[in-house]
Amino acid sequence: MTQQGVRWTADQVLALAPDVPSRKAGSKLGVAGPWSGAGSSGEGMVWGLCKGSGSKPYQTVVDVADATGPAYKCSCPSRKFPCKHALGLLLLWAGEDGSVPDAQTLPDWAEQWAEGRRKRALTRREAEAGGGPAADPEAARRRAERRAERVTAGAGELEQRLTDLLRGGLAATEQAGYGMWEETAARMVDAQAPGLAARVRELGAIPASGPGWPVRLLEECALLHLLDQGWLRRDRLPAGLAATVRSRVGLPASADGRPTRDRWLVLSQYDTADSRLTTRRTWLYGTESDRTALLLSYGAAGRAPALSLPVGLALDAELSAYAGDGQLRADLGEQFTAPAPSPVRPKGVGVVEAAVRYGDALSRDPWLESWPVTLGRVTPGPDGESGGWQLADAEDDLTRLALPLTPKAATGPGLWRLAALSGGAPVTVFGECGHRGFTPLTAWPEGAGEAVALC
Amino acid sequence: MLTNRATERSHTLERSHTLERSDMNGPSTDSDATPHLGNTPGADAAGDDAAGDAWEELVTVALLGTDRRTPPGHPTGAGAPTALLDAAAVQTVRRRAGLRPAPAAALPGRAADDTRPPLPAPARSRLAMLLTDRPGTAGGRRGTAPDLMELLPQWLAMANEQGHAAPPELLPALLDAARGRTDLRPQALTFAGPRALWLARLNPDWKFALRSTPGGGTALPALESAADVQRLWEEGLFAERVALLSAVRAHSPAAARELLATTWSTERAEDRLMFLDSLRMGLADADEPFLEQALADRSRNVRATAAELLSALPGSALAARMASRAASCVAVDRTQSAATITVEAPHECDAGMERDGVVAKPPTGRGERSWWLGQLVESTPLGHWTVRLGGRTPEEIVALPVADDWQGELHAAWCRAAVRQRDAVWSRALLGAPASPDAGGPGAVSLSERAKLLGALPGAERAEWVAGFIATHGLSEAFQLLGVCAQPWAGPLGRAVVDALNIARDAGSYPWSFSGVMGLAERCLDPAEAARLEGLTATPDEPEDAAPGAGGYWSEAFQRLVSTLRLRRAMRDELKGT
Repeated sequence: MTQQGVRWTADQVLALAPDVPSRKAGSKLGVAGPWSGAGSSGEGMVWGLCKGSGSKPYQTVVDVADATGPAYKCSCPSRKFPCKHALGLLLLWAGEDGSVPDAQTLPDWAEQWAEGRRKRALTRREAEAGGGPAADPEAARRRAERRAERVTAGAGELEQRLTDLLRGGLAATEQAGYGMWEETAARMVDAQAPGLAARVRELGAIPASGPGWPVRLLEECALLHLLDQGWLRRDRLPAGLAATVRSRVGLPASADGRPTRDRWLVLSQYDTADSRLTTRRTWLYGTESDRTALLLSYGAAGRAPALSLPVGLALDAELSAYAGDGQLRADLGEQFTAPAPSPVRPKGVGVVEAAVRYGDALSRDPWLESWPVTLGRVTPGPDGESGGWQLADAEDDLTRLALPLTPKAATGPGLWRLAALSGGAPVTVFGECGHRGFTPLTAWPEGAGEAVALC
Repeated sequence: MLTNRATERSHTLERSHTLERSDMNGPSTDSDATPHLGNTPGADAAGDDAAGDAWEELVTVALLGTDRRTPPGHPTGAGAPTALLDAAAVQTVRRRAGLRPAPAAALPGRAADDTRPPLPAPARSRLAMLLTDRPGTAGGRRGTAPDLMELLPQWLAMANEQGHAAPPELLPALLDAARGRTDLRPQALTFAGPRALWLARLNPDWKFALRSTPGGGTALPALESAADVQRLWEEGLFAERVALLSAVRAHSPAAARELLATTWSTERAEDRLMFLDSLRMGLADADEPFLEQALADRSRNVRATAAELLSALPGSALAARMASRAASCVAVDRTQSAATITVEAPHECDAGMERDGVVAKPPTGRGERSWWLGQLVESTPLGHWTVRLGGRTPEEIVALPVADDWQGELHAAWCRAAVRQRDAVWSRALLGAPASPDAGGPGAVSLSERAKLLGALPGAERAEWVAGFIATHGLSEAFQLLGVCAQPWAGPLGRAVVDALNIARDAGSYPWSFSGVMGLAERCLDPAEAARLEGLTATPDEPEDAAPGAGGYWSEAFQRLVSTLRLRRAMRDELKGT
C-alpha cells in the first residue's frame, strides 16, 4: 500500500475504520497518553502497547506495507476489524510527533506475528508458482456457454414478464407491491444474471416513490427491455457495446485493458452499503491524461473495503481499464509512489458542457445513470423552489444557466459543507451528472485551499 | 437498433429540454409526463411539443395497458407491448441525452470576507475531531478516553484569543453543535464569523445564529449619524432595536438613554422591560432621573427593574430612602455586656416602599415582616452600615452577635447586597476564613451564596480561598465553589484538588462520588500538572476496608485526567502553531 518509510495522513487512517463509532473511538486513542513501547520499522510494521481497562496492556501491531491492504493484529477482544486500538496506533504514527519512533527491531510478540505472516506468504507464493491444475480452456468455454444459455433463458422470461405488465397496464402495479418483483428478481439470480436481478429489484420500489412514479417506472422498464434485447442480439452489436451489455447483465469481467501510467489524483471516495456488502467507489483523475477512472472495492458487512485513498492525495500508478463502451471502471495495478497530498485540481467545465458529456456518454452506454464531471466556477444556491438547490454558472448575464442537485444531494449533510465552502463565491465541484440532477462529491474553494469531501 | 440510438441523439441534442425538475418535485402524474417543464426560452417549441406529446401518449398507454389502448401508429395485438417498450426505450434515452441546464434562480449574495488568518492544519483536524464527538453517541462508561465535547468550549475560547478564522467546511458541524448547546453559542459564533450568519440565512435550523448575534447579522448604521440611528430606532424590528440600543449604550450611555426616552411612553410593557434592562450596562448616576420616573411605570416588572437598578447606584435618592428605612430597623444595642445587633423588622409595607420596588406579598411560607426587611437591607448601600453601626469595619459588623435569631435573615440580605454592589470588602467579610469550621457546615451563608460572593473577589484571592476551603473540608461541597474559579486553576488550587482526590482514593470510596470535580479538573487543571499526576495512574493495592474494585476505577479516572490534560496541551500548542 505504501512506500517504505512514508507515513500516512490521518484521513488515510480514518478511512480504514469499519464504521463511525470505531472511527471515533480510534480518534480518541490517537493521543500519546495510553500508548507505550510504540515503534515503526522501515518494512512498514507499526506496533505499540495500549493501556486498556485491564491490568495487561493490549498488544497492537499493523503491517501497512502489504500489497493487498494493511493487516492488523491486536490482543483485544473486539470483533471490529480493524479495532480502535489499531486505528489509534496508526493515527499516532501518522501524527509524526515522535510518539512512534522509527526502530530497527520489533518486540518479540510483534516479531512472532510478522514471522508467521512471512511464512504464510511464502507458502502461498510457492503454491502459486507450482501452479494449480492447468486451466482447461475448453472447459471454461463450455462453462461460459452454459451460463450464457441460462442468461438467455432468464432474459426471455423477463421479456415475457415486461410484456405482460404493459399489456395489463402499470396502474395495476401500485397495489401489487414488492412481492411480484422480488420473485422475478430471484428468477434472474437463478439465471445467473445479477445485473438484471438488481434492476428488477429496483423496479419494485418505484411505485411507492412518490409523484411521477409512472414515468420513472416506464423509463426503467423500457431500459430493462433494451438491455434484454441487447443481450438477445449481442452477436449483432459492435464489440464495445456488446461488452457493455455483458457487464450490465452482470457477467464477470476483468480489467484486461492496457495499463495506463499516470499521476492519479483521488477525486472522491465514498461507500454504499447493503446488508451483506460495503461497496467503495473511488474516482481517480489522471492529471496528465485528463481521464477519469473508477475503482471499486468491496468489503463484507462490518469490514471496511481494503482500498483506502482519501480525497486530495495523488499517486503515480498504473490503471487497467475494464472492457466496454462508456466503461470507466479500472483496477489499480502497480503503484510507483505512495499516495501524497497534491495541490493539483481537475480541469473544470461549465454546466452546459456537463450535460452534453452525460448525453455523449449515454450514446455509448444508454443505461448510465450519471457521468463524472468537474464543474469549474459554479455557485451553489437554493433554486427558488421548495427545498431544491442548484449549481449556477459564474457567467454574470441574463442567460445564466444552472444544474439542479439531485433530491438526495439537496438534503444531505454534504450540501451544507458545499454551501459553507462557497459562501456565495464560485467553487470547483466534482460530482456525478445524471438525469436526476448533479450529485456533488468533492469541492475546491475559489481561492487556494484543499479539496473538501462532501460525501 | 442500439447503434441507431447514437445517431439519433444528435437530433435530440438540438432540442432543448430543461433538466427535469418535474422528476423531483412535480405535483402530479400529469405534469411529470411532460418533458417540457421549464423550457429554455426561444427553443424550438413545435419540435418539443411533438416529442413531448409522443412521450406523454406512451405513458398514458403504459398506465392503462395495451389491452385497453394502443398508441397510434403502433401495431396492435400480441406485438403491442413490445412495440410500446421499444418506443419508450428510444424516448427515454433521447429525453435523458437531450437534457439541458435550466435558467438559474437568483444567486445568494456573497458572505462578508473573514480577514482573520486561517487555522494551522493540525488545529483544523483537532476541531474536526472535537466536533465528531457528539453527546449521546459514546454511551456507557467513559473509561480512560477524554470527553472531547467538553473540551470544545476551551478550544473555541483559545482559537478566539488567537483570532483565527474558522475553516468553512467545518461550519455546518460547528453550528449544529452550537444549536444543541446554548452555552457554546457566544464563543462558537464569534469563531464562526460572518460566513456562519450567511449560512444561517439559508438554513432554518441555524436561525439561532441570527438571533444571538447583535443586529441579527444586519448592519447597524454608523452611530455618529443621528438621523440613521433615530430612523432604525423608530422603524426597526424588536431584535434590531435591542441591538441598536446596546450598541449606542456601549458607545455613549447618555445618547442611549435619550434615544430610549424619545419613544418610552409608546413602547409595550415587555419591550420597556427589555430596553430598561439594557441600561444595566454602563449604569451611572446620570441615569437616576430616568429611572426614578420609571418607578411610576404602569408595569410592575418595569418598576421592580428600575428599583433594582437604582439601588445599585449608592448615591441615588432611592438608595438613600432605602438606607434610612433599613437604618430604623437595625441598631446596635449597647445595654448588653457585649455589643449586639438588634433587629426590629418593619411593621407595614407602605405605598412609598412599594413605589421603591419593595414587593409587599411574600412567597408562601415566609413571614411578611422578615420578607420586607430582607428587601430593605439588600437595597441599602453597604457603606451606610459602617456609619450606622458605630464606625465598625465590615469584618467587625459581621462578627457582631445578632439578637433574636435574626442573624440568618440579616446576613443573607447583606450577601445579596454585596453581590449586587460587587463589594469585595463586604464579600470577604461575609465569606470569613476558608478554614473556619462553620464555612463547611450549613452556616449562615449557603454554598450558592458563597459562590456568588467569591465572584466579587479578585481571581487570585478567589482561587486561594477555595484552595483553603478544600484543604480543610475536602471535595464533597466544593463543586459549586470550583465553578466560579477561573481556568486554568492557579497552582495552589490545582494542588489542593489533586491532594484531596488522592485522599478520597485512599479513603476507599468510588471515584464516581467525585465525578463532578473530576470533570472540572479535566477541563480546568493546568496541563502542566500532568507530570505530577502520572504517579496516581497506577492501580494501587486495595486496602481491606476499601470498596471492591475501587482502585482500578480510580486508576482509570486518573488516566483519563492525565490524557485529557495532555490533549489540552496539544490543543493549545496546535493553535499557537508551535
